[in-house]
Amino acid sequence: MFAERTQREDIVHFLNSCYACTGQREFYENARSQRVSIDFLHQYVLGNYRSVYARALAVGINHFNQAQIIVRLLATGKQAIPGEGALIARALATMPPQRAWKALRDVRRLGINNRRARAIARDYLRGRDAVFDCVKYRNKVKAVACHNHLSLPGEAGPFLFEKRSAPFQTPLFEQVRRAWHSAEAVYELPFTVAEGLAAKHRIPRDQFLAKIQHRMTQGERLRLQKAGDVAIDLGRSPLTKLALYALSLPEVAEDVSQGMERAVAAILRRMPMALGRVAAILDNSYSTSGTQEKKRRPLGVAWAVDRVLAVASCEYRAFWTHPFAGPTPPARGATDLATPILDALETSPELLVIVTDAVENDPPGAAAGVLKLWQSRLDPWGKVAIVHLNPVFSAGDYAPRPLCDGVPTVGLRDAESLPTALAFARFATGTTTRADLEAFLDQRAAEFLAAGEGADRAE
Amino acid sequence: MLNDLTLAPSQACGAFRLVPLLREKNRTDLRLGLSKESGFAVLEPKAVYTSYIPHALVVEWNDGSAPLAAVGTQLKKHRHSSAVPPGVFHRMAKRQDGRRLRFLPLHLAMDGLLALHFGGPTVQWGYFSRQAMSKGFSPRVESSVAGWALEGFADALRVFEIHEGQVGVLVFVADSLATAFVAPHPDDYRALHDALLQDFFGELIWQYAVLYPESPPCEFPTPAEGVNSLADLRVAVEVMRSDWASFGRMAAVGVMDVPVTAEKVYDAGPFRLERFIGSLDPADENHIGERIVAPDGSVQYLKTYRLSANQTRRAYMLKQLADHDWNVESIAKKHRLTANDVLLQYEHAGYGWLFHQHVLDAARAYARKYS
Repeated sequence: MFAERTQREDIVHFLNSCYACTGQREFYENARSQRVSIDFLHQYVLGNYRSVYARALAVGINHFNQAQIIVRLLATGKQAIPGEGALIARALATMPPQRAWKALRDVRRLGINNRRARAIARDYLRGRDAVFDCVKYRNKVKAVACHNHLSLPGEAGPFLFEKRSAPFQTPLFEQVRRAWHSAEAVYELPFTVAEGLAAKHRIPRDQFLAKIQHRMTQGERLRLQKAGDVAIDLGRSPLTKLALYALSLPEVAEDVSQGMERAVAAILRRMPMALGRVAAILDNSYSTSGTQEKKRRPLGVAWAVDRVLAVASCEYRAFWTHPFAGPTPPARGATDLATPILDALETSPELLVIVTDAVENDPPGAAAGVLKLWQSRLDPWGKVAIVHLNPVFSAGDYAPRPLCDGVPTVGLRDAESLPTALAFARFATGTTTRADLEAFLDQRAAEFLAAGEGADRAE
Repeated sequence: MLNDLTLAPSQACGAFRLVPLLREKNRTDLRLGLSKESGFAVLEPKAVYTSYIPHALVVEWNDGSAPLAAVGTQLKKHRHSSAVPPGVFHRMAKRQDGRRLRFLPLHLAMDGLLALHFGGPTVQWGYFSRQAMSKGFSPRVESSVAGWALEGFADALRVFEIHEGQVGVLVFVADSLATAFVAPHPDDYRALHDALLQDFFGELIWQYAVLYPESPPCEFPTPAEGVNSLADLRVAVEVMRSDWASFGRMAAVGVMDVPVTAEKVYDAGPFRLERFIGSLDPADENHIGERIVAPDGSVQYLKTYRLSANQTRRAYMLKQLADHDWNVESIAKKHRLTANDVLLQYEHAGYGWLFHQHVLDAARAYARKYS
């Protein structure tokens, strides 16, 4: 019985960590401790629960951990189990291309070279627009092609490996060649490539930004909003990114808040949620200001969750740890979770969502005490479902830090994965069995692969 | 000592608990900043003070007619080269151009401690060695640990949220006061917050930081049986919070109100730079430090160092000798011991070289014979 419980907890720990951890510096911990901790978890689960490890690719974990899993699975090809390859290929296809190419390049860096790894790299390239990737992700593609002896289509080979000045037949390659010598040709290239060449040609930044706009991706447009006059349709950006952008502004403009509303609507269209009476405890203490690498990330996630819940529930009340008057929550003050939790419980909600890093210091341990006594004394039948969503991975705990026993803690990547997190919460309580967990993983893996087949057929 | 300062709720991180000190009305005619010069030794008349000194503080004052800008932010000609040659400072506190004084934080206080009875015995009793008579206590040495070497201190300072109007901080390690720091102005405090890492701390504090990596957890005050409604929980949380908030007040009260022996170091216009030494009672916590006192009696700058038990004991024993005219028999009489016991205690504390070898040998032989 204990073995079963240990196994279940191991797996839940691992998946939870994969939702939250990005290996970057967090407010309370440095990047190194985060990397050491998550590396250990990966090695441990790979060694002991290989089938779970592969299927973890399908449950909506973040891209950093997807890349880690892919590299580690490819590195240990001898112990491969059936079905892994399809999951890896599908995961690579769903990841942002720069991350997928980076994962494949890491395969080279680690000196991994086996038939499966080569086949996966080959298939990945086949699924992509080779010409475009050769231009935009030149160094990565070059490294991967070199390592795996990929046969490159058309002029990609000469483009990547030869130093020559003769014209290319492929238009995009020819553009790159011309952009080396002509400042005007720069504007036909993808933004990141053009950026370097613009610096070479000493094109003034504002002039460059004004003329390159039509080649920017949505993410690049959002990133450069404050750098210059870049037109953007904010409604197409993901909600969490928009929230972080709004938090970085001195004043939230009308179009940003409209963009956020549209982003919320888009999330709920994709994954409909119908919640009843919901109360949310949202942490905006000083620690949510994050770090240089993840600036205001915990605060942005909490705010985005607040926006989603406000639309998805029939009756919704938000309790910030530091109530604020303005349009955006500031990250200030100590973390007092007990008072907002008590306030929220007084409204007798059906679902209580707590979004916090669970580091409580005003006073420490009060929220844990309150929740424990609430569950044992005042609500032993569990009428109020309580979920703790934690956007921060704690290296010392090898998981997102829990708030209290009996309250499920789920790592939260961003507000877009809120439905996934709420679905996963039942596994974190400890009431389900390993078989339930396996069934969940199987189902998610099947859905993940089926979506890929559907997409392939559509193409 | 800190009557015009109020304590804000403490912030804990690992072994460290930082209690912010707030002041409502701040003076603008005294500023404190970090000197850009660096050095490792101080030349003093007839002595060299050798220590690694990573930073110096600069204090600037005026007559109160116009507010002063924070040190380093004034619009004036920038001097690229240091006025003093790199490596060696002249004196612990040295007047610089204008109304500016450069001094070495904590070293000023430590210098005061080391200089206690530095000259050696003033009465030539037969048992004092030749070295004690001719050279006194030179060289007198105490060791300490840099702030950045304290486990978790850098993190505690980093995650600490500086309050509006905060001018100082009390640093507790495992709930015992390690240092108190007060600056004249909130802006100065903000600039000097991280400089706490470059200060030095007693060995005891270093041990505490290693031995107690976590602060003791707060207990939930009400037993489960006593909770029948949300109101009960609310009351319990309030009790918990007031307990937590009152910590700094309770812990700081005993330390900040002890009598100290202060010595004036410099008259900076209307302000007085002093260093002080606590009671040196081995049974108590003992702090040494330096402060700047304004004409109205308020402390504008304060930095303290907690002596470890051994350091206190060594200073206390020296003080005993000096208080008893360097007469060992008189000390023995006061504490109802024999002179031999006293001699052996001095040897045990590292002061064996004060006495002739044959005196110590005789004391040891006597102790062996009659124990």
